[in-house]
Amino acid sequence: MNLSDSAAAQPQIGMMFLLFTLSVLLTGGLFALATGRAARISSAIGAITSALGGMLGCCAGVQALCASAPLRFDAAWHVPFGSFSLLCDPLAGVFLLAASALTALAGVYGHGYFASWRGKKPLGVLWCCFNLLTASMLVVITARNAVLFLVAWEVMTLVSFALVVFEHEDSSARDAGLTYLIAAHVGTACLLAMFIVLGQSSGSLDLAQMGVAGRLAGLVFVLAVAGFGTKAGFMPLHVWLPDAHPAASSPVSAVMSGVMIKTGIYGILRVLGMLGEPAPWWGWLLIGIGAVSGVLGVLFALAQHDLKRLLAYHSVENIGIIALGMGLGVLGRAEGMPDLAALGMAGALLHVINHAVFKGLLFLGVGAVAQASGTRNIERLGGLLPRMRGTALCFLIGAAAIAGLPPLNGFVSEFLIFLGAFKGAGSTVQLMAAALAVIVSLALIGGLASACFAKAFGIVFLGAPRSAAAAGARECCALMRAPMMVLAAVCVVIGAAAPWAVRALSPAIAQASGTAPEALVIAAAPLYWIALCAAALIVLLLVVALARKLSRAGKPTGQQVTWDCGYAAPTAKMQCTASSFAQPLLDLFYAVLRTRRDEDLPRGLFPVHARLHTHTPDLVRVRLLTPVVRRAYALMRRLRVVQHGRLQLYILYIVVTVVALLLWKLR
Amino acid sequence: MTAWIDIIMVTLMLANLLVLGSSRLSACTRIVAVQGVAAGVLPLLLGPQHRTMGAAVLVAITILLRGLVFPVLVFRALRVARVRREVEMYVSQPLSILLGIGLLACSCWVSSRLPLPSPAPSPLMLPVALCTALTGLLVIVSRVKAVSQVLGYLMLEIGIAVFGTAALPEQPLLVELGVLLDAFVAVFVMGIMIFHISREFDHIDTDDLDELADWTPDAEQPK
Amino acid sequence: MILQSLLGFVAALLLAPLLAGVTNRVKAVIAGRCGQPVLQLYLDLLKLMRKGSVFSSTTTWLFRAGPVVGLASVVLAMTIVPCAGSPGLVSFTGDFILLAYVLGLARFFTVLAALDTGSSFEGMGASREMLYGMLAEPALVIGLVALGRATHEWSLAGMCRGIGPLGTTGSVSALAAAALALVLLAETCRVPFDDPNTHLELTMIHEVMVLDHSGPDFAFIQYTAALKFWLFGALMAAVLLPPAGNPWLAPAATCAALLVIAALVGIVESVMARVRLTKVPQLLVGAAALALFALMIQLR
Repeated sequence: MNLSDSAAAQPQIGMMFLLFTLSVLLTGGLFALATGRAARISSAIGAITSALGGMLGCCAGVQALCASAPLRFDAAWHVPFGSFSLLCDPLAGVFLLAASALTALAGVYGHGYFASWRGKKPLGVLWCCFNLLTASMLVVITARNAVLFLVAWEVMTLVSFALVVFEHEDSSARDAGLTYLIAAHVGTACLLAMFIVLGQSSGSLDLAQMGVAGRLAGLVFVLAVAGFGTKAGFMPLHVWLPDAHPAASSPVSAVMSGVMIKTGIYGILRVLGMLGEPAPWWGWLLIGIGAVSGVLGVLFALAQHDLKRLLAYHSVENIGIIALGMGLGVLGRAEGMPDLAALGMAGALLHVINHAVFKGLLFLGVGAVAQASGTRNIERLGGLLPRMRGTALCFLIGAAAIAGLPPLNGFVSEFLIFLGAFKGAGSTVQLMAAALAVIVSLALIGGLASACFAKAFGIVFLGAPRSAAAAGARECCALMRAPMMVLAAVCVVIGAAAPWAVRALSPAIAQASGTAPEALVIAAAPLYWIALCAAALIVLLLVVALARKLSRAGKPTGQQVTWDCGYAAPTAKMQCTASSFAQPLLDLFYAVLRTRRDEDLPRGLFPVHARLHTHTPDLVRVRLLTPVVRRAYALMRRLRVVQHGRLQLYILYIVVTVVALLLWKLR
Repeated sequence: MTAWIDIIMVTLMLANLLVLGSSRLSACTRIVAVQGVAAGVLPLLLGPQHRTMGAAVLVAITILLRGLVFPVLVFRALRVARVRREVEMYVSQPLSILLGIGLLACSCWVSSRLPLPSPAPSPLMLPVALCTALTGLLVIVSRVKAVSQVLGYLMLEIGIAVFGTAALPEQPLLVELGVLLDAFVAVFVMGIMIFHISREFDHIDTDDLDELADWTPDAEQPK
Repeated sequence: MILQSLLGFVAALLLAPLLAGVTNRVKAVIAGRCGQPVLQLYLDLLKLMRKGSVFSSTTTWLFRAGPVVGLASVVLAMTIVPCAGSPGLVSFTGDFILLAYVLGLARFFTVLAALDTGSSFEGMGASREMLYGMLAEPALVIGLVALGRATHEWSLAGMCRGIGPLGTTGSVSALAAAALALVLLAETCRVPFDDPNTHLELTMIHEVMVLDHSGPDFAFIQYTAALKFWLFGALMAAVLLPPAGNPWLAPAATCAALLVIAALVGIVESVMARVRLTKVPQLLVGAAALALFALMIQLR
């Protein structure tokens, strides 16, 4: 057994893990479907295989990140042009890790969450779809053949559609599913066109060997951004996100928001790797999309009353941040600045993992809240902190992380993107303009996101309960709490151990940005200071808390009601509402948001009732898509005259067509 | 010398931002007066060969006109027409300020590409001059009251004068005279118009001025 | 070097409450009153530390954690700001981003502590505070980025070392300092953004968020506010004052500059009225515009 044998054996172990994962997930799904009648067993099988598959997938991801050579697997497949070939390089390893970890935790959570659905809904189908979704996402990330990629992409879309319309009694869920299906297929059409162009110009359908240069490269890039961007949720293409994520159940939303939209990002990075040296306008396009998605996403999030819709818009915002990082990376590569490229891509890839962690955490938390109190409407909740302590603490950590506050992980990825922007701001005027756009967008996004999550956490968990349902909420079961605690711990760990996390990801960053790993190590040196400051902040917190405890020792403590300015009978409904908390910020951006108010204001000296309802429809949907779709309908309606239902005329069409073809062929 | 010119340019630009962000007509008028005086001093700072007696006289007249005569005329128009001293605008103030910065960026880009016979005394002069002119145009376009439009016209004149000083320092007299005459006539005419407008229609909102008083839709049908 | 930074840090912690006293004294003198002693805030803090606390029955552990997180964050931020000509205890590329975000952390927890009381006044103050923070943060970051581009250094200590005389980087630093002045007034809740002496809960912003705190918690909050004033004042002084040759001249110059800034804030508070709430975004956008202008001056 010599060295080359062991080196060749090593990659195989990683690939073995991946194949085991896929088989565990698929068989688990089939068994869950088969035992659908026995809901508890079916759910247990589904959850256990999901968790097991996830853990094996994590091992595969770690192996792929650390391996010196990419892992490969080939098998023949009877589909024309297709072959079942998988490739695990460091870039795929990052996404594999994020996908597997989150789906494992969501599976465990789901077993507790769906406990109340046993007997009412076909859980066997649900778990089969869940495992199938995970398996298809893993195949999308590791596929090496274009046909396999597209088939897995389509399976992912269809299975997630099934999960979105699972509660099909609700008409809004059906509408959301339809919107999602249409948007996803528009994206897939762009991808199909892109793969055809790529395949034609490079003569093979193997993703590792595809490549194109020149003008076609620009076209391929635009098609990739359009196609993958629809799945990722870039701003004008995001219209399905705010409807589909709330319609699905919480574990599914967590997986969709945390992992499925990242497959779009993975696709763009993979295509960038195929296209060689990028042109600067690609970076500008990504930065523009990132700025628009980020700022508008968080603005629309601020205007929502439904917790899950708020989180869905925040996914759009975080995808915008990832796009900003990718844009800087592409610009750095185009202008020949390796440290800019490395920092931008480092920020983007770290944010992929960070977002999967804290968005998953937040969706799981919202699921717990919704199940405990029966409503997702922020205005009906309140005072849940004393009733759901564990959930509240985890949600607080997730909210602070997504707002980008130190010492948690969201701050680290935004800091890396800032570092890249500073590299750009110090050089030519064009790069400075791009860097300025990135800096201004990130600063605005940071402020707005912390406002939005102060609102979400504050109104939902703090104060007094605003409805009887909220007052009656109880803490969720341990199976639902444990995954949330794991995710919260990961947030804290990544924030405190930032430089080591980035070093672990450096093979993937080097591959994505086309630079040597050393460039990243030097450029990301300030991360050690960040880790030191995070530790210092925790120490300072403990010191100040100790000082407070000592200073309060032996002094009397009293209890009173909150200062109410002398009002005799304050009620819980007099507290600050979510709409009023967000109102100063939203009024500033009225031109973009166009919030509609429906009000019945108090009249007279002793008003009996009053009502205020605000609604912010999605701007792109209302201004851009609905008029276009309506005009398309009007056009199509004119063609409907062909569809009249008379059998004789249909037969006449067939005869006329056959005769015409004969005449044309025989001329 | 360049340092003084730079300070004056920064003052001009700050005055632009203040006019865009201010909500009182009297404050806007005073800021434009200060801007005019600062810009009027410029020809003397270009170098020792420009400090002739004629140039000094012209500078004095300019400062007098822009710092004293124009503001007095505008304040008189405000008093006689009994105008409410608040600026009314189509574009909100924060957006105007951001547009002003955008115009500065455009001016920087344009002035970096302009082919000029000789380089300007300071690299800030051309962008700020263009930006002042463009800000004047923005004020004319986005404000409702006629007095605001007079102020916008004054800012436009200041911008063009500074541009002339920067681009053609050898012939300041021609440019100055032509432009000053223009502005004087404009303010005079607009002042008269304002007085007349205030007496005929009893207000000076330009919105209400774009309809003819005695026109009815069906009056002009061909038979 | 480290010793000087440490001395500066300790001096800042000890002397911060003095600035509020100077501001109040200047306001009193202009108003024709005798005014409080300059050391009044120290006496107030001692008094509060000796008192017991009263908590609202609606509040939870988050209310008690708010002042703790606020103080710890602002102390960490103080270690980043260069003081008296020497770099802060913590100095690295991009440290001003950490500064801005740590202040954001303090604001986040203060707002959550305010929402924890379930009071509508505190909720209103909290939402206004988030609005101001959202608008002031870009102004701060862009101003420091403009300085960074001018000096080609991306840490606060490096930027302040590279400040030159008026005319080159000087005009950039003057504009950045003007933007910083507006941010200082906004973050320390002074006129024209917020009146620290108002008694009406409906008009308060910072005061109303801390209305329910008492005893040592309230002492922590007052001390945090004093530290924030020192922090932004020291930042302005570091941006405006060119680096001095003599190492002992710098601390004296910084202290003098801080006292002058405190006095100027007192004068501004006495001369101006508070701006209408709907006009505040204009002022902060103006601060951001000044910072952007400082950046564009360099595009030659």
